[in-house]
Amino acid sequence: MAGFDKRVASYEEAMEGIESGMTVIAGGFGLCGIPENLIAEIKRRGVNDLTVVSNNCGVDGFGLGVLLEDRQIKKILASYVGENALFEKQMLNNEIEVVLTPQGTLAEKMRAGGAGIPAFYTATGYGTPIGDGKEVREFNGRHYILEEAITGDFAIVKGWKADRYGNVMYRHTAQNFNPMAATAGKITVVEVEEIVEPGELEPSQIHTPGIYVDRIIQGTFEKRIEKRTVRS
Amino acid sequence: MALTREQMAQRVARELQDGFYVNLGIGIPTLVANYIPDGIDVMLQSENGLLGMGRYPTEDELDPDMINAGKETVTVRPGAAIFSSAESFAMIRGGHVDLTVLGAFEVDQQGNIASWMIPGKLIKGMGGAMDLVAGAENIICTMTHASKHGESKLLEKCELPLTGAGCINRVLTDLAYLEIKDGAFILKERAPGVSVEEIIEKTAGKLVVPDHVPEMTFDD
Repeated sequence: MAGFDKRVASYEEAMEGIESGMTVIAGGFGLCGIPENLIAEIKRRGVNDLTVVSNNCGVDGFGLGVLLEDRQIKKILASYVGENALFEKQMLNNEIEVVLTPQGTLAEKMRAGGAGIPAFYTATGYGTPIGDGKEVREFNGRHYILEEAITGDFAIVKGWKADRYGNVMYRHTAQNFNPMAATAGKITVVEVEEIVEPGELEPSQIHTPGIYVDRIIQGTFEKRIEKRTVRS
Repeated sequence: MALTREQMAQRVARELQDGFYVNLGIGIPTLVANYIPDGIDVMLQSENGLLGMGRYPTEDELDPDMINAGKETVTVRPGAAIFSSAESFAMIRGGHVDLTVLGAFEVDQQGNIASWMIPGKLIKGMGGAMDLVAGAENIICTMTHASKHGESKLLEKCELPLTGAGCINRVLTDLAYLEIKDGAFILKERAPGVSVEEIIEKTAGKLVVPDHVPEMTFDD
């Protein structure tokens, strides 16, 4: 009996059950804090017609960008999709459906999805093309649009440290969308740099409590830098 | 003379107040960080989940897990905090950020802003801009006053798809500093050597010109 032990032995096992046509929510901002090995496993499995929910879509040859190579993504919800030539090409050829979503709305859609809130009102996007066709309500003299929550068949998440029970901590700004993504998957898979014994992580420092996490795996990461800026 | 990018950043920086939490957009707004006046402490918010952004790292400090919203590697200053994207946008949407500075393609006399999409061109997305303009009380828009072809970007009504409606109250262009109030641009300051006539000519929206329009001054 595994009890609360969420560890799996391989990336193959980590993504067991993913099928074509599913919705996958991914953590990460640009290339920072992306579940790079879980993405690679999705590529290896060759599943397609995926709906992907992620702030960005990686770059050519790295991150979610690798899923474009064999046209595995049917639809993506993202706030910003620059820096990716293959993506551009597929978007212009209508080979991929893109639902541009304001960044805060995207984060809140994931958060609400994980928290059992089906929709929420926000001022973001009111009076813009994003608000077209959406319900509008006025509260205290201001207009808000109704945005619906998102859940995924899978959530793929990159953490820093976790214990065997799936309690996760993130490192620096690699946190970004990961905690919300972790709450919003029917199956949430977290890959981390280090797995420790329960009790080793300070309970009050846990970002994602293990209750949200179904599978956990330790990996090694390239952590590619998108824009390398240094001072002399 | 029209303001340089550096002078625009310098002028915006004069609007900073001690104790402000500030979100700076990409481009000229980012340069504002280089001109924070002495004796004033501001905390820079980066919407990927960082409050208290520091300088670019040295080679030794470089860390792929530490980036800003422009995806550039950065450092944190003492007293910084790091959090999730949802927390970050709670700050932004909840009106907790004191000042937001961002660029635009067009602004109009009703305070509408268009900054994310040019139909027919490749659309890359709005990122956090729609959340920022909807959430902030206090926004300064930085942009050139007119296009390279001389077409005004300060309009009666924005022609491009909007980023936000009725949310902009201050604009700094390369020619002038203006406020937007009651359906008009109000000319507050002009760039050194730029005449009121030139600003009138290059402003397509309704422009209110006070009797005296001071010229901006710069140290260098």
